[in-house]
Amino acid sequence: MPIPLDYYLILSAALFTIGVVGVLIKRNPIVIFMCVELMLNAVNLTFVAFSRYHNDIGGQMMVIFVMAVAAAEVAVGLGILVSIFRNRASINVDEIDLMKG
Amino acid sequence: MLPVTFSDVFAVSPLLIVVITAMVVLMVDLALPRDRKSACVGVSLFGLVLAAAACGLLWRAQKEAFNGTVIADDFALAFQLILIIVTALSVLLSEKYIQQKGINYGEYYALMLFSASGAMLMATSRELITIFIGLEVLSIALYVLSGFARTEARSEESAMKYFLLGAFSSGFFLYGIALVYGGAGTTRLDTLTALPVATLLSPYSVSGFALLIVGLGFKAAIVPFHSWTPDVYEGAPTSVTAFMSAGAKAGAFAALIRVAIVLLPLSAVFNDVFWALAILTMVVGNVVAIVQTNIKRMLAYSSIAHAGYILVGLIAQNSDGHAGILFYILAYTFMNLGAFGVLILLARRGQELNSIEDLQGLAQSQPWAAALMGLFMFSLAGIPPTAGFMGKFYVFIGIVKAAQTAQNSSLFYSLAIIGLVASVIGAAYYLRIVYTMYFMPAKREYPADVWGFSPGANFALIVSAILTLGLGILPSGLYKTAVLAAGSLDRPAAISRQAVTPAVPAVPTPIERASIH
Repeated sequence: MPIPLDYYLILSAALFTIGVVGVLIKRNPIVIFMCVELMLNAVNLTFVAFSRYHNDIGGQMMVIFVMAVAAAEVAVGLGILVSIFRNRASINVDEIDLMKG
Repeated sequence: MLPVTFSDVFAVSPLLIVVITAMVVLMVDLALPRDRKSACVGVSLFGLVLAAAACGLLWRAQKEAFNGTVIADDFALAFQLILIIVTALSVLLSEKYIQQKGINYGEYYALMLFSASGAMLMATSRELITIFIGLEVLSIALYVLSGFARTEARSEESAMKYFLLGAFSSGFFLYGIALVYGGAGTTRLDTLTALPVATLLSPYSVSGFALLIVGLGFKAAIVPFHSWTPDVYEGAPTSVTAFMSAGAKAGAFAALIRVAIVLLPLSAVFNDVFWALAILTMVVGNVVAIVQTNIKRMLAYSSIAHAGYILVGLIAQNSDGHAGILFYILAYTFMNLGAFGVLILLARRGQELNSIEDLQGLAQSQPWAAALMGLFMFSLAGIPPTAGFMGKFYVFIGIVKAAQTAQNSSLFYSLAIIGLVASVIGAAYYLRIVYTMYFMPAKREYPADVWGFSPGANFALIVSAILTLGLGILPSGLYKTAVLAAGSLDRPAAISRQAVTPAVPAVPTPIERASIH
């Protein structure tokens, strides 16, 4: 029996929501970043499901783009975190609060 | 497979030249000793001039490229020219500033050019995924740039905040693309424009478009997606702040305009959304700016407020509004880069100007710097005869014209009125800067060699000042060009505002019952 499209969409929406909630409540930037990755991969799942549904290769192509961009983002993001850690030996977002208002 | 022709490459040549220039800068940088990076400035400027020339060659050609995913219409070229100007002015302002800050690396210029090329791609693409690539090229380079002062905790903090929130928002943007793709079966903006309204009204597409607005609104600093702006503007090196305030905004709005045109048939759904965003942005930006004590934070909220005015032109959805936006963004470039430029001119290692108090009595020791700052503040406040006034004028003309033809004209008129009230509130904090400079006793010493510090920055400042005044006094020539450029946008001519029927409930699409085989 084929799996209905809805199942994929519900799963990806759930993953996306978990990612969003994680970004909002987590305090460690690396975990926040993992949650962002979860959001992007939920999007990838949506793309693939719709691509299959529309019988159109375009959606799968986009997944490749998203992965490439996510990889570039990881490289830059971890670089920023390392450089913060060098400056203050902590990357807890609650302690990084020089600027407010 | 589709072959890439010369015509394709020609259509994207402005941004291609900028990317190649960035790579050349990286190569040149390798050969230069640490304290002599001026050649990077020269190479960057040369590349930008070439890119501007390429824009000139493409003007009026209305070229489509890469199977229609990229369109080099005059609108895109105008935005690309604006971005080239932003980048050139920022490079000129940066040279000595990053030297005295001890971050004189060639990569700085390369990153700025990469970032500009991303924004240029956003302006010229007609495919959501290409817009996304442009957005990311723009943003990733900006994340690095805002943390470029590696040893400063504030710079690092701003980079991290920008990065985490930026990645978060691109997640929303992508989910938006995925849902639009699911609902409409395509991510090409021109195909989307041609689709029947019922398809666009499917719940997938509508929620997808809403998420696209979130993603682009984040980059353009529209309330309520603005929370990163003050922190990033404050922490990033001032030259980077200057670049991103105008560059990122231009790229984001270029893409937002193209997406908004697709949404024209859905204006019953989305006009209210844009309306609320514009009002929130104008009011929150202007009101919160009043209480700021840090000058870069104040300019950050001011840039949020300006995004609100630009949004007003976008809601007008006619060529007057779009021409107004082009004019406004160019005017904003000159006055805002000018304001940051004065701060850069007065900054020396370890004693940058941070609080507004630092400007006290500037007019007594540095009358010319104070006069320039005053001019830019008047322009940002929208006082004639400056470019800022004309920009607001054209944007509001667009919305009033739209009001005359629309059925729900009160929506548009209310927007114009609230915009005017907000800009009056806004004048308070701009004029406070002028007051501080001219009527408060001097509190601190300014560097003696203000004008001998950086010839490049002097040049950029003088150009900005002349054009801020010039566009205010003689705006019509440029405005005509802007109208021409705005006219090249492919609006769906067949769709009139009357054709929109808001009452139609979203048709349940077959997707909901379908399954994957």
